[in-house]
Parts: sequence; C-alpha cells; structure tokens
Amino acid sequence: MSLTTNTTFDASARWELSPHVSLRDEEFGALAYHHINRRLVFLKSRELVNLVRRLGEFDNAREAVDALVDAHEHDRYLVALSSLAQSELLHGD
Amino acid sequence: MATESSLRDRFEHGLAAPICLTWELTYACNLACTHCLSSSGRRDPRELSTAEAQALIDEIAAMQIFYVNIGGGEPMIRRDFFELIGYAVSKRVGVKFSTNGTRIDRKAAQRLAGLDYLDVQVSIDGADALTSDRIRGVGSYDAARRAMDNLAAANFGPFKISIVMTRHSVEQLDEFEALAASYGAELRLTRLRPSGRGVDVWQELHPTREQNRQLYQWLVERPNVLTGDSFFHLSALGSPLEGLNLCGAGRVVCLIDPVGDVYACPFVIHDEFLAGNVREAGFGVVWTNSDLFRSLREPGNPGACASCGSFDACRGGCMAAKFFTGLEMSDPDPECVFGHGERALEAKSVLIRPASSSDHSKKVPVRLSLR
Repeated sequence: MSLTTNTTFDASARWELSPHVSLRDEEFGALAYHHINRRLVFLKSRELVNLVRRLGEFDNAREAVDALVDAHEHDRYLVALSSLAQSELLHGD
Repeated sequence: MATESSLRDRFEHGLAAPICLTWELTYACNLACTHCLSSSGRRDPRELSTAEAQALIDEIAAMQIFYVNIGGGEPMIRRDFFELIGYAVSKRVGVKFSTNGTRIDRKAAQRLAGLDYLDVQVSIDGADALTSDRIRGVGSYDAARRAMDNLAAANFGPFKISIVMTRHSVEQLDEFEALAASYGAELRLTRLRPSGRGVDVWQELHPTREQNRQLYQWLVERPNVLTGDSFFHLSALGSPLEGLNLCGAGRVVCLIDPVGDVYACPFVIHDEFLAGNVREAGFGVVWTNSDLFRSLREPGNPGACASCGSFDACRGGCMAAKFFTGLEMSDPDPECVFGHGERALEAKSVLIRPASSSDHSKKVPVRLSLR
C-alpha cells in the first residue's frame, strides 16, 4: 500500500486524515493509530481532534485552521498539523 | 494543549478503552518454557469457542481498540487460529501475535504474509541454541530459526524477534541485534517477571543490578528497539526510556485469558487481580466498571518510595514483580536500580510469596517433536 511520504508540510495544500488512521475519542482529546506504520499518536486537545476530523472539508489547511481555531492559536495548530503529517497521519493531495 | 506530565496523570486515571489489550488465546502449548508467565501447557476445556472469540472481536472493534496482542500458550495451536486473526483484521483490529514459531512452516508463513495489519513476534531466549534451549526446551531455538527463515522467504517483511532479558540473554545484546539485522527484523526485549512459572526461576535468572544498568544504557542508545514499556523501572537511571513509563495495569492495558477472565495485566494471572469475565457481561462492562480496575485508577500511594527523588521517573516500578516476590504494593520494585527493593526483601523476616491460582502446566516433561 502506498503511504504519504511528504515530510514538509504545505499549509496551502489540501490535507485530510489518512484512510489508514483510526481516531478514538478520550477525555484529553483522542488517540490516533496508523494501521500501516503502527504509530500511536496522542492528540491532546478537543480542538485539535475537531480540526483533524474536519480538515478534508477545506481546500487547504490554512483555511481549516482559520475557520476552526482561535486566532492566537493558529501557529501552534499549524505546527501540530505539520508533525501529524510527518507521522503520516495526514494525507496530502 | 496538555503537557506531557498531565497526560501521564490522565493515563493513570484510565482510558475509555485499553491502548493495549493482550489476549491469550489458549493455555495449550507444545513447549514448557521455565519462565512462562501464564504457566501454560494444557488446553483449558472452558476455552472460548470460535463464536465467543468472534463476538469478543466484535466488541473490541466497537470499542475502537486498535490492536490486540495475541499470545498463549501457543496461539497457533488453536485450530481456528487463522480464522480468528483473519476475522480481527477484517474488522480493522490489528493483530500482534507472539509465537514459539514451531507452527510457522512455509505454507503458514505465506498465509501470514498475505495479511495486512498483522505483526508476528517469534520468541527465543538466547542468541544460540544452548542459551535459549535451557529455558525453552531442546530443539526450540532451531524451530524458531526455521520459522524466521520461512517468514523471510515468504517476504513477510519486518517481523519481530522477542527476547526475555535474563542474566544470560542480557549478555548477548549485540548478537541479538546482528541476528535481527540479518533478517531485516525488529528486536523486542522484555523484562523477566516472577509471574506464572517464572516465580521458580526469577531469583536465579533476573539480571543483576549491573546488568540492568548496562541494559538501560544499551536501550537509551537504541530507541528503535521495542520494549513494550517493560523497563520503565530502569528510567530512574537517567532520561526516560521510550514509552509511557508507567504501570498501565487496568488503566491502559489488561489481559483476557483463554477462558475469558480479565486480569489487570499480562503478568498478574492471579485471583487477586481478576476483574471479571467477558462471558458474563462483555468486556466493556468489565473494563469500565470492575471494582479492581476502578481502584487501580485511584491515585496511588508512593509508600516507601515517597522520599526517593526518582519516584517520578519509575513510579515505584512493576506491580506484578512486587506481588510475586512477596513485596507489598507500597514497597519498591524488587529490581529498583538503587537496591531499595533488594533491601526491602532482605528486611522482611517473613516473606510470603502468593501461591499460584491458575496453573495449566503439563504434569510430564515436554519433548518437542520435530516435523
């Protein structure tokens, strides 16, 4: 099976949760598991979980962050998305 | 976003479902390893049926438990083994299973290679037949190596080689690393625990304090070596090892045994740590409501470790290791890196080691028949 191999995160591209990933809600946020590379990742806020779930509805990641995250948190959440992309939890176009 | 330490606190209060669920499929085994955690050998006639096992997989899938660690006994002895793991992966429940390798012939290796979401862990306990067979029985090392050869020939991909760290195997770390590299395999090292039949050999086989120190250093330099969070008691030696570094019993891990009994972790198959049975109410009810699991999720008492500056690193160590060596939960881990556990054991004028409450060992010595 092919995996997303992008290691740089382009916020102007469209991203979505990889079809190989399961998300399970927890009180602190969610656990995410990538069934192919076996990575287990902790999403440590509900806002981030919401952002990741709805990412694919937007034309690009920056638009999604603008729409779903408080302005003063934008940079932090873009960094979080970048690390999720590096772990191949997000799939880019 | 939460910080690392508050996340660990959260884990200690328990999760909606386990991160890591171990399921021993059968107590039947064609080997009789001296350190067997589950005292396996004879099949238990009350073993879950295929239909019951599938219903359990349905529940595991519904709870979004991402994968199960399957063991035994020797899980491949069950006639419905392939049926059950195929069923699990079809429900998007990943399978990691531990095997002695005796049943992985060429055909089985090809079948395994054809399944997604599947990891295989082949167990040995030494880098040569002499060292390994001393624990696992004559012929077991060669059988495991044949399994590895068959997996490699079937292009299974990176399987895992699983080794319990004993006083002897811990001296062979570099040889294990070379063996794994020769197969393109991953190395998985776990802690010897005084559980099951392990209680009889722990005293003579557990690594010395100096060996544990060397093991810690070796692991720090190799973050890619898998440990299943086995060695968090060694994190008191310096920077924490890879993993959650906490006792997950009843909080983020648990064990389901072949008859459906749910225990707090794979190392405490004992009445004191029995939370319930999946046949009665289903697994989810046991996980959420059992009195035992609820009490394990209460903030723990650091006990004798309260005044130790390293308590935050090791959290007092492994509950099972304390219990089966006769220590109290408030005592230090028997392998405390500072020797507090050894001193606690020496200081007890009476040491009562709990008697086993579940033993499926064969009554006659096992001889491995080679096919």
